[in-house]
Amino acid sequence: MQYIDMHAHMISRTTDDYRAMAMTGCVAITEPAFWAGWDRSTPECFEDYFRQITDFEAARAADVGIRHYAWLCINPKEGHDRTMAKEVIARIPKFLDHPTVLGVGEIGLNKNTTNELATFRDHVNLAMEHDQLILIHTPHLEDKKKGTRLIIDALLADSRVDPRRVLIDHTEEHTIEMVLDAGFWAGLTLYPVTKATPARAADLVEQFGPQRMVVSSACDWGDSAPMGVPTFVLEMRQRGHDESLIHRIVFENPTSFLSQCPKFEIPLGQESAGAITGVD
Amino acid sequence: MSGSDIVDRYFLEARSRLLDIAAFLDRLDRSSDSAGPEDYRVGALLAAARELHSKDFGRAKRIQNLLSDTTTEPIETLTGNGAFGAWRQSENV
Repeated sequence: MQYIDMHAHMISRTTDDYRAMAMTGCVAITEPAFWAGWDRSTPECFEDYFRQITDFEAARAADVGIRHYAWLCINPKEGHDRTMAKEVIARIPKFLDHPTVLGVGEIGLNKNTTNELATFRDHVNLAMEHDQLILIHTPHLEDKKKGTRLIIDALLADSRVDPRRVLIDHTEEHTIEMVLDAGFWAGLTLYPVTKATPARAADLVEQFGPQRMVVSSACDWGDSAPMGVPTFVLEMRQRGHDESLIHRIVFENPTSFLSQCPKFEIPLGQESAGAITGVD
Repeated sequence: MSGSDIVDRYFLEARSRLLDIAAFLDRLDRSSDSAGPEDYRVGALLAAARELHSKDFGRAKRIQNLLSDTTTEPIETLTGNGAFGAWRQSENV
């Protein structure tokens, strides 16, 4: 089944991973800016990083027939450094017109500090000033529930924010309801250990339905799985779900959300591409 | 899926994970000091495991909540960047 991986840090992955994703039906990837595993030393480093995920990764993906798009920001972990954050955010606008940039992301919180929250609000302001889509990272493990609540409250307090143009990612059992109830898109990231497994993601689709829900691998440099989305597809099939429901989650929903950015092009050759319009 | 279908498909996986937890606790018993068994994360895990005896739907969500930070205000001081899977109240309050 053809699918779109909404969240994959391909800068950390091998060409073999690109090839495996292509062979399992991946037709498009969106790559949010993230933490490299170490704190970068200067704002200039981020410009090189942005060039890599907008130009070089797009070329690597194209080599196996996958369209590659990017989201730009200073990630929540480095966003605690307000001086660095302000300098990096000031450098983002000149990249926003790049043909593969879909919006601002993955912004959010890490340890739920006041500095992180201030940087998050700066990013939201940047997105609103430039009419950008937003992709949001919610904190890990014990920090997720509190951080998701803080993020939602901050977004709802900004009257310019349209929840239909915001994807809140890394939701799990204790956070997905608050995201969907507030009108945002909810992302399930398919990790072996620290986020939602494919089986638990399927449980949440069964409980909450497919509306405004997407899945992704969120594969990166850590313990993660670039085959997360096709593994989810298999899990859903093994439970007897209709192909149409699975296709909606892994292709049609991502297309509906991403098509709000005019630069996103539905991958050619999709059997249902012509039928996909609007936003849930 | 029917109940029997679910048991057929997932029982062995659940059994394996239960044994992993038991073996983890046994491993701690065999450790060279008492630091492991006294770790706040182990206590949180054992407390959350009580939910497995519940007969009410929503066990996964309740376990997630039991392992989560229950405060509501952002913190001023960053003491570390990592997350550990269970909330230690003294770090945040």
